[in-house]
Amino acid sequence: MSAKEQVLENYSSRVYKNRKEHMVEVNNNDNNNMITANVRAVPGIMTHRGCCYAGCKGVVLGPIKDAVQIVHGPIGCSFYAWGTRRHKAKKVEDTDHYLQYCFSTDMQEADIVFGGEKKLKKAIEEAMDIFHPSTIFICSTCPVGLIGDDIHAVARWAETEYGIKCIAFSCEGYKGVSQSAGHHIANNQLMRFVIGEGDREPKSKFSVNILGEYNIGGDGWETERILKRIGYEVVSVFTGDSSIEDLKNAHKANLSIVQCHRSINYIAEMLETKYGVSWLKGNFVGVEATIKTLRDIAKFFNDPEMTARTEDVIADEINLIEDDMEYYKSKLKGKKAVLYVGGSRAHHYQLLLNDLGITTLLAGYEFGHRDEYEGREVIPTIKPDADSKNIESITVEPDQEKYHLYLPEEEVNRLKEENFLGYYGGMVKDMKDGTYMVDDLNHFETEEFIRLLKPDIFFSGIKDKFVAQKSGVLSRQLHSYDYSGPYAGFRGAVNFARDITMGIYTPAWGLTKAPWKTTPTLVGTLGGEA
Amino acid sequence: MLDYTTKEIKPREALRVNPAKTCQPVGAMYAALGVHKCLPHSHGSQGCCAFHRMFLTRHFKDPAMASSSSFTEGASVFGGGSNLKTAAKNIFDIYKPDIIAVHTTCLSETIGDDLNAIIQDIDIPEGKYMVHTNTPSYKGSHITGFSNMVSGFIHYLAKSTGKKNGKVTIIPGFTNPGDMREMKKIASLMKVPFIVLPDTSGVMDSPMTGTFTMYPAGGTKVEDIIELGDTNLTIALGELTSESPAETLKKKCNVPYKTLPLPIGVAETDAYVMALQEFSSEEVPYELEEERGQLVDIMIDIHPYTYNKTCAIYGDPDTVLGIAEFVLELGMIPKYIVTGTPGILFETRAKELYAKYGVEDYKAKEAGDLFLLHQWIKNEKVDLLIGGTHGKHIARAEDIPLVRAGFPIIDRYIHSYMPIVGYKGAMRLAELICNAILDRKDRDDAEEDFEMVL
Repeated sequence: MSAKEQVLENYSSRVYKNRKEHMVEVNNNDNNNMITANVRAVPGIMTHRGCCYAGCKGVVLGPIKDAVQIVHGPIGCSFYAWGTRRHKAKKVEDTDHYLQYCFSTDMQEADIVFGGEKKLKKAIEEAMDIFHPSTIFICSTCPVGLIGDDIHAVARWAETEYGIKCIAFSCEGYKGVSQSAGHHIANNQLMRFVIGEGDREPKSKFSVNILGEYNIGGDGWETERILKRIGYEVVSVFTGDSSIEDLKNAHKANLSIVQCHRSINYIAEMLETKYGVSWLKGNFVGVEATIKTLRDIAKFFNDPEMTARTEDVIADEINLIEDDMEYYKSKLKGKKAVLYVGGSRAHHYQLLLNDLGITTLLAGYEFGHRDEYEGREVIPTIKPDADSKNIESITVEPDQEKYHLYLPEEEVNRLKEENFLGYYGGMVKDMKDGTYMVDDLNHFETEEFIRLLKPDIFFSGIKDKFVAQKSGVLSRQLHSYDYSGPYAGFRGAVNFARDITMGIYTPAWGLTKAPWKTTPTLVGTLGGEA
Repeated sequence: MLDYTTKEIKPREALRVNPAKTCQPVGAMYAALGVHKCLPHSHGSQGCCAFHRMFLTRHFKDPAMASSSSFTEGASVFGGGSNLKTAAKNIFDIYKPDIIAVHTTCLSETIGDDLNAIIQDIDIPEGKYMVHTNTPSYKGSHITGFSNMVSGFIHYLAKSTGKKNGKVTIIPGFTNPGDMREMKKIASLMKVPFIVLPDTSGVMDSPMTGTFTMYPAGGTKVEDIIELGDTNLTIALGELTSESPAETLKKKCNVPYKTLPLPIGVAETDAYVMALQEFSSEEVPYELEEERGQLVDIMIDIHPYTYNKTCAIYGDPDTVLGIAEFVLELGMIPKYIVTGTPGILFETRAKELYAKYGVEDYKAKEAGDLFLLHQWIKNEKVDLLIGGTHGKHIARAEDIPLVRAGFPIIDRYIHSYMPIVGYKGAMRLAELICNAILDRKDRDDAEEDFEMVL
């Protein structure tokens, strides 16, 4: 019986029927690796998923440093998103930086009963009075939608009253089935109210956006460092260490590089439709992956000098990390891993693990859609269900004035046909036969798969980290990087390798069993048995 | 650091900045984890449950298990009854707890799900339990949620048989497992038979064995909660947290209660010991007397460094009041004390406390936040900050040493194993405070004034 069948057989028939659709033994099935994803979690199953608010405010908006982000709701939602996701940002002149602050309307019972719009307006007044921001975001939480506060009207009022930018995000926690809905809502509003408003001309034609890069532990900085070394101009990063001003100019770039497909593919697509900015799926996690991405970018710009420079930089960077990587590989080769991360890292980090000789046995997303598992080619076959139908989907038209193409249209089309531009192949193509993809892996399945597959490392988040470690399996967090990083790019690969090596070789693992538990205390046991 | 915090204080009615509290359900989740083989259940959308588990895990560096009803938009409009029913079946099937403790969120509270009625409709397996409490996030704080969940357990389970069992109920307040162990140690030394509810020791500080245990050895057993109805007396530690569940037990089973501040510092630990002694009529054992004497000895030894030093304390109301009293005993001046938890009683108790020590120049605020505290500090600096992790920005911005005590501490290790209550806990707190002051002195002294012995 496969590990998958062994895990499933513990379930009641109803749960069995539901959960088996979320598990795929790669290339060992009759369904062409089809998986069920982005559907509601089973109540009581102990999912690790968060909510729409987390996806919108916590993920996409949170890193934008110069917006005062007021969470309209009771205190919790705002408190939990305060400094807990490690999107780093630097303070620079002429740009506000509010990431050390946590703003909330702290709704009370009376606000639920009589409505909270008045308090929200008052909170904006007070924020203007104390902080004088140029931009305010309003993010709604569960009760706001239910009591019918019109946060969009309040945003329009604030814009007129103060001449600032004020954007409302209706990201109530119950919307959709996971963080994913929140990404979509954030994307829509940024497209509507931010992108395209800037008029800062890039200095070079080698101008790029990095999309879906939130600068966790400095990842975005390492990515930018490499790109700048080659000679690219980074117009905007969505949204790690970003300011509204940067984001406004995203349409001026000639290419978007998508790191996290799940959270930002909406903007990537709309940037292309409206402004002609092509996108390609890059990946700066892993040495080989970073090299491939750099070569792909060079291929797009198709400039001999940049291509040569790309190879020079690659050679130099490799030279700098080679010895370290060889050393760590010698310590890690042959180890086995399980990955369970949000919507993109479960795929990306497999490539970095490959660089180190570590095999992946199982990988899963909390809230990836089928395209993250199976590739964008399956998008036409995805049927929206009742839970996500209510998530607004916006369409954009080409902008007559601002539309621009770097490559001729025929060339773009050819590169799209080749699945070079505008394409993501998903996780499955990088996974070995017989390994597992599991969607929305819950606590029970985590325990069971760890027991059955016996990985050396379980890569996941804070909620299950200590579950794995109590069972004697090293766990490293791939959301927070356990307060380390960067893990992206060339330098990041070394950091990552160092961190898992110290985890595997920590002496305390050998002290888990007390000596009196392993030393025979009874005289007369069978010889050699301990 | 915190560059936008102004010295000028403008009144705020609506904008909360850098709160000194969080919302109810996480307190309820923590309380439920203090019951043996209990799975806390969050009746709302799953984001709350994820956040609350993260909060607890980051503080304890240990798993915090809990499930959710996983509301969708449909359930949010039509009610979450069927979500909870499905959840209960799946939880008993898959995770096999002895008891499910349900709390609510602002979502299920706003739509008005009737948990009593829903639970009555649920087919609970033989010998298993399901209890609930209402924890609307838009009222009070996580402290309120903790208090409500403890009351919920009592309300559902405690029974009076009419025959007293000679035990004391101890409600330990929102404290760490290390504190609960210390409270139990003192009661044991006093030879007082007791039941502690909740008790997260052995759950949130469980040992490494190489095997994950879904329900660790610790936690108050269900049969012990049932037996609470027959206890002779409740000692509610932490008036603002524990009095309300004590009142619930009194109403339901007619158990009288005695409310005491958290036993932080000499006087309040003395009060706890005396209350136990009154019940047991046992002599206070020498071990405790020795500990007390050691503590006072230490306090006199370190007085040159603590006397007249000023500090700001923030966090949960009972903890802040307790620490404030102990630093007063050390001769320090707690110039500012702030809790995010609303309730005017905090300010009333503060006033009494300061009057006792003749301190007039202070500010105490309920329903305050760290932005306001920082503004006060900008206007008049203090020597030391005492509170959880979220004050570290102020500590850095104003270059004030920070002593970490209370909830949550998410940037340091080991703290939750160690008490701040009891004589032993006060010794630890005194050490943390004195070390912070002396480390600062060593850093700041001119080279020629740098001392070997202090």
